[in-house]
Amino acid sequence: MVPLNWYIILSAVIFMIGAAGFLIRRNVFIMLMSLELMLNAVNISLVAFSHYLQDLKGQIFVIFIITVAAAEAAIGLAIIVSLYRNKQKIHTDEIAEMRG
Amino acid sequence: MTKYAFIPLLPLIGFIITILFGARFLRDKTHYVSIAAVFGSFVLSVNTFIEVATHAIKTPLYINVLDWIFSGTFKVSFGLMIDPLTAIMLIVVTSVSLLVHIYSVGYMHGDTGYYRFFSYLNLFTFSMLMLVTANNLLQLYFGWEAVGLCSYFLIGYYINKKSAADAGKKAFIVNRFGDFGFGLGVIMVFLYIGSINYVDIFANVNTLAGKTVSIFGSEYDLVTVISLLLFCGAVGKSAQIPLHVWLADAMEGPTPVSALIHAATMVTAGVFMVARFNPLFDLSPVAMGVVAITGATTSLFAATIALVQNDIKRIIAYSTVSQLGYMFLACGVGAYGAGVFHLFTHAYFKALLFLCAGSVMHAMAGELDIQKMGGLKKYMPVTFWTFMIASISIAGVPPLAGFFSKDEILWLAYNGGKVGKLVWIMGTIVAGLTAFYSFRIVYLTFFGTFRGTHEQEHHLHESPKSMTVPLMILAVGAICAGWVGIPSLLGGSNWIGEQFFHGVFKHPHVTASHAEEWMVIAISVIVACGGILVATYFYFWNTELPKKVGAQFQGIYKVLWNKYYVDEIYSATIVKPTFWIANKILVGFTDAKIIEGIVNGVPKLIGIIGDKLRKIQTGYLQHYAVGMAIGLFVILTIVLISGLK
Repeated sequence: MVPLNWYIILSAVIFMIGAAGFLIRRNVFIMLMSLELMLNAVNISLVAFSHYLQDLKGQIFVIFIITVAAAEAAIGLAIIVSLYRNKQKIHTDEIAEMRG
Repeated sequence: MTKYAFIPLLPLIGFIITILFGARFLRDKTHYVSIAAVFGSFVLSVNTFIEVATHAIKTPLYINVLDWIFSGTFKVSFGLMIDPLTAIMLIVVTSVSLLVHIYSVGYMHGDTGYYRFFSYLNLFTFSMLMLVTANNLLQLYFGWEAVGLCSYFLIGYYINKKSAADAGKKAFIVNRFGDFGFGLGVIMVFLYIGSINYVDIFANVNTLAGKTVSIFGSEYDLVTVISLLLFCGAVGKSAQIPLHVWLADAMEGPTPVSALIHAATMVTAGVFMVARFNPLFDLSPVAMGVVAITGATTSLFAATIALVQNDIKRIIAYSTVSQLGYMFLACGVGAYGAGVFHLFTHAYFKALLFLCAGSVMHAMAGELDIQKMGGLKKYMPVTFWTFMIASISIAGVPPLAGFFSKDEILWLAYNGGKVGKLVWIMGTIVAGLTAFYSFRIVYLTFFGTFRGTHEQEHHLHESPKSMTVPLMILAVGAICAGWVGIPSLLGGSNWIGEQFFHGVFKHPHVTASHAEEWMVIAISVIVACGGILVATYFYFWNTELPKKVGAQFQGIYKVLWNKYYVDEIYSATIVKPTFWIANKILVGFTDAKIIEGIVNGVPKLIGIIGDKLRKIQTGYLQHYAVGMAIGLFVILTIVLISGLK
């Protein structure tokens, strides 16, 4: 039996990788993938707690999050595709038109 | 809704229709709507008058038509008060208004603002009827200001003429001075009686007697203060000294307007108001004295100015000021009935004088200088005869209307104690002057030889039917209007004074004998005829004489010609300092430094702050992400730390 804190550590590690990736990388695709990592890190801890507490609410939440993540990925990819078509750029350093 | 409510309402409906559809659809047919509306309220007014005169309705009748302001103890409705005073004012307003509307069809024919003119006339008629039918002070005030507004519109009717626009502004601004006092008077009434409805005021007016009010540390009699404040408004509206300056300039407006607003109706609103509040004024001998002396002084003052002026409309305007002074003189000696009687007769002969002057102007292509007229008798007989009737009437020759009302005033003034005797003497002098200047116009305009240009002489013609018929109707009024008040001494019954106004006004105290009454009548007739004879001598038989007399008394002539320099004095003491304050302090300092400082400073400050803050928005996604991460971290830290405690 794997103890609960292993799951939590795994979740935290994945979340930190996601967050760091999001903040450090400049490629929009990588940033989107980092975002997915963060969401799934949360999913892991939710499932772990759900199992630990023997409560299905956590797993219901996971389903919701996966749904939202799918929608977000679809929209995000669509934005990136149209961004690329217009600018031929996918590096955020090069896209700073909204500067004040 | 009661039928009486339609008296003011019909002209309002007429106004709304003509102002909305006049420019597009009605155009030169606008007068059908306007005249129909005024005719409707004229018929209703006559009906009301008959009901009141035959005691078919119990007066005073108070009717609340529409709730207006209900706030705590302050309750005001749009309402009506029907009593003999209202009834006679309704007759004056609607009949003169109707005739002026008909006259304007000819006079304003072809004018570009035809519909505008008629809709303003309708609006004016509505406002004036609101004023006279009001059953509370606020509605009176509403009508009071609304007629002032219409007066402003109509004086400045010729919008392309600078002098007309200036005259309109002058009338409006001069009236502000009077209305300021009037407004304060209304507030004082509400403070001390607790209501502004006539019914409550008249019921409780006696409780004010003997009370004092403290102003800047000294005590004054309350009734005197209120009366004088209300009288302030009357002084402005009825062009009495010292606020008489606007009326002569108001002659810039079209002549029918002068006849309706600046002779027959609006300017008499002050007299009406004083008469309406007679229970209040009666309580204060001081206020009564002020009213009488102001009236008599104005009367004499304006009559002397009228002697030497050459502008036909201005002479008649000063004559109006003078006659209004007569009415106040009557009110001041307690003869309200006589004052309102004179208001009634004056409306007809003065409106007639103005409309005749308009007819003359029409023939003379706008010429106003009587020195350039002459011999018009044979070109325009109807105008001549009606003008003659009006002049005889205003001069006070029996048995025309002016005689009876003027004689009634002089007789009651004669009975009015010391102040009464003084104003009687002044009034008698004015009667002579009135006869003189009225016939001066007659002789210079209609007799002798024509002194204008050849073109003008060629153009001379009698005015169209729509103008002459109202003249003839008004001439009948100028002859007969006085017959309702023939004194008992001359075989009449003084119906208007003894019966019609019975219960509205207190009976003036008459102490002098019949012999003295004969004397007063004889003196006023002799003075009137004397004035006419002198005018005949000066301007008919010996036409060189006026110039010689003018040269002989050059100093006096110059003062009179310049209207006692009142305009110049006001210009130096009020107008110029006001402009100085406006330009140097308001425009130069307050506006430029304070107001503009605030107005420009606030956006400038926001601009500076924004300039600094916009640097945060770098456009780099990572920067925002870091911001979010830091924010989340801070919030989490706070939550956790506070959760631990």
